[in-house]
Amino acid sequence: MTDPSVLGLRESATFDRATIAGIQRAAETGVYDIRGWGAKRRLPHFDDLLFLGASMSRYPLEGYRERCGTDVTLGDRHAKYPLRLATPVTIAGMSFGALSAQAKEALGRGASEVGTSTTTGDGGMTPEERGQSKHLVYQYLPSRYGMNPTDLRKADAIEVVLGQGAKPGGGGMLLGQKISDRVAAMRTLPPGIDQRSACRHPDWTGPDDLAIKILELREITDWEKPIYVKVGATRTYYDVKLAVAAGADVVVVDGMQGGTAATQDVFIEHVGIPTLAALPQAVQALQELGMHRQVQLIVSGGIRTGADVAKAMALGADAVAIGTAALIALGDNHPRHAAEYAALGSAAGFYDDFQDGRDPAGITTQDPELSARLDPVAGGRRVANYLRVLTMEAQTIARACGKSHLQHLEPEDLVALTIEAAAMARVPLAGTSWIPGAGL
Amino acid sequence: MEPLTTDATPPNHAGPPPLERLVSIDVSVATVRALNNELHHPSAAAYEVLQPQGAHAIAAGIDQALTVDIRGHAGYYCAGMNDGGQIVVHGNVGTGVAENMMSGSVRIRGDASQSAGATGHGGLLVIEGSASMRCGISMKGIDIVVGGDIGPMSAFMAQAGRLVVCGDAGDDLGDSVYEARIYVRGKVGALGADCIEKPMRDEHLAELAALLTAARLDHDPRAFRRYGSGRTLYHFAAHNSAAY
Ligand SMILES: Cc1cc2nc3c(=O)[nH]c(=O)nc-3n(C[C@H](O)[C@H](O)[C@H](O)COP(=O)(O)O)c2cc1C
Repeated sequence: MTDPSVLGLRESATFDRATIAGIQRAAETGVYDIRGWGAKRRLPHFDDLLFLGASMSRYPLEGYRERCGTDVTLGDRHAKYPLRLATPVTIAGMSFGALSAQAKEALGRGASEVGTSTTTGDGGMTPEERGQSKHLVYQYLPSRYGMNPTDLRKADAIEVVLGQGAKPGGGGMLLGQKISDRVAAMRTLPPGIDQRSACRHPDWTGPDDLAIKILELREITDWEKPIYVKVGATRTYYDVKLAVAAGADVVVVDGMQGGTAATQDVFIEHVGIPTLAALPQAVQALQELGMHRQVQLIVSGGIRTGADVAKAMALGADAVAIGTAALIALGDNHPRHAAEYAALGSAAGFYDDFQDGRDPAGITTQDPELSARLDPVAGGRRVANYLRVLTMEAQTIARACGKSHLQHLEPEDLVALTIEAAAMARVPLAGTSWIPGAGL
Repeated sequence: MEPLTTDATPPNHAGPPPLERLVSIDVSVATVRALNNELHHPSAAAYEVLQPQGAHAIAAGIDQALTVDIRGHAGYYCAGMNDGGQIVVHGNVGTGVAENMMSGSVRIRGDASQSAGATGHGGLLVIEGSASMRCGISMKGIDIVVGGDIGPMSAFMAQAGRLVVCGDAGDDLGDSVYEARIYVRGKVGALGADCIEKPMRDEHLAELAALLTAARLDHDPRAFRRYGSGRTLYHFAAHNSAAY
């Protein structure tokens, strides 16, 4: 097909092809678009930041020789057994139901191989992932699907989920085609129906209640486990302050690029703020409370490379979490499935119908034939490889900045490429000392 | 820390808890932490909690067949996630009593605040008085019997189990209910989305009679009406958008 622009045709920036297709789809079906993945629009992001490597005024460290630590301890404020991870790159919560049991197991295997944690999701804990995960974070969600005290005690940490970056203020949705008998039984619902996951917790409202809820979770687990609080990025400065006041040991902030298994497109693209805008707010809140590094900060939403990891840490995160990238490492959107993506009306690199249950890569499905395509051992190896690369890339940057530990990276090591990024990240525009909005 | 027991027998962590011993723990002297630690690693099978003073998370996380009598009022999440305990509160309770109960029984001699029995998977919760809003919210198999009234938004998104109300129910009862069954003897303010009245068949009269017996209430099952899901919201559809 010839590119229409060579004929002198002009595409509307306002009504571009994706917008036109969206209107046509809405007119034909009468329902809004539900999809997986995260925000697809261009957003100010870590790409808009650069590191200032060492030179005259800073000493770099020798690559391949001098030590650059990567370990992190999470949740040592109150818990008897905090998490001690070998790398700050963790696997984010993705539910069994959204993902196949094989995918969950593979994530557990990959994470365990490199000494990091993985996380359950909406739908409970499976024996496969518990068995294969050295460090498993158990999500405590509004739906409480599959929630039980036995699994709670088996967990290494508990994550109270208030929201997700892809849909802050939204509940969950698992469409009927993904509700296998096993998923239905774990959630105590009839097979085949479209399942709503509540958007509000059923037995607490507001930060004062949350403090008591956290106390209860600690009591039930004898104060052994770190308690995380996860929020979608919106009013991050206030949310982080309230989460800490409620007793969180770890705060997880998920930016609007963060992935989802099934959410309305309009929600994904228009609610929440970018990871880059949320992170400095979270750090400011922690610093003002005197809790930065006492309460650890995990940041997620669009983490793809070791550079993203290093930038998040330089801005003050203690660790990061990955969702979408981990699925890609498992084999999601791989060109080998091109023909099958085409048959589903998509393409490798564009596939986002995680809600649909027909994932050719066998990851976001409950179909026994499709999910059998994913070998948990091989998948786990790919995830481990990818996590190692992220860690080594982050170390490369840290050494160049003269840091003997990833945690020593600091905002001072960063500059911004755009005014927007400079304002959000609160680092100077490259080549200037200008931080828009600071000190005005 | 203060010694927990007012009983002379030393704690026995080695064998099974001796049945005859009643251990009293005074929460105004010992902490809730010490109380729960004892209940999680019991040296006896029967406990009495004195002066609870509205403290939160009392007797939360019990995972075996202990009997616990709480003599006074308890705060939030009393008997939270109970799994096997037989717990009686001789007073009122705050939000989320017996939330996410798995098995066992919890009896409240007084009234309960919001979200009583929320998300419970099993066991029996009896509230002899009344319960506030969101009673049985998101319940997943628990049985709840309330001697008095319940507040609005009760049994919201209730998935499984039975909720029996001997008095009246507030507005929006059973909104978006799944497969839980609701029995109400008194008036219902208004039914929530997709909650409908359903016929009382013999099997329902029988299960209701059994629940009333278990709760030690002697109402006539025929005086109750049954409510449950119309199942019209089980599949997402655009024409339901007003209900969503
Ligand atoms: C398939 C899928 C399922 C998810 N399920 C959950 C979930 O059950 N609970 C939750 O808190 N977040 C869930 N998330 C969000 C992730 O935990 C995480 O916040 C997000 O993926 C991070 O952004 P990233 O995808 O850009 O790495 C899910 C994400 C994906 C892609």
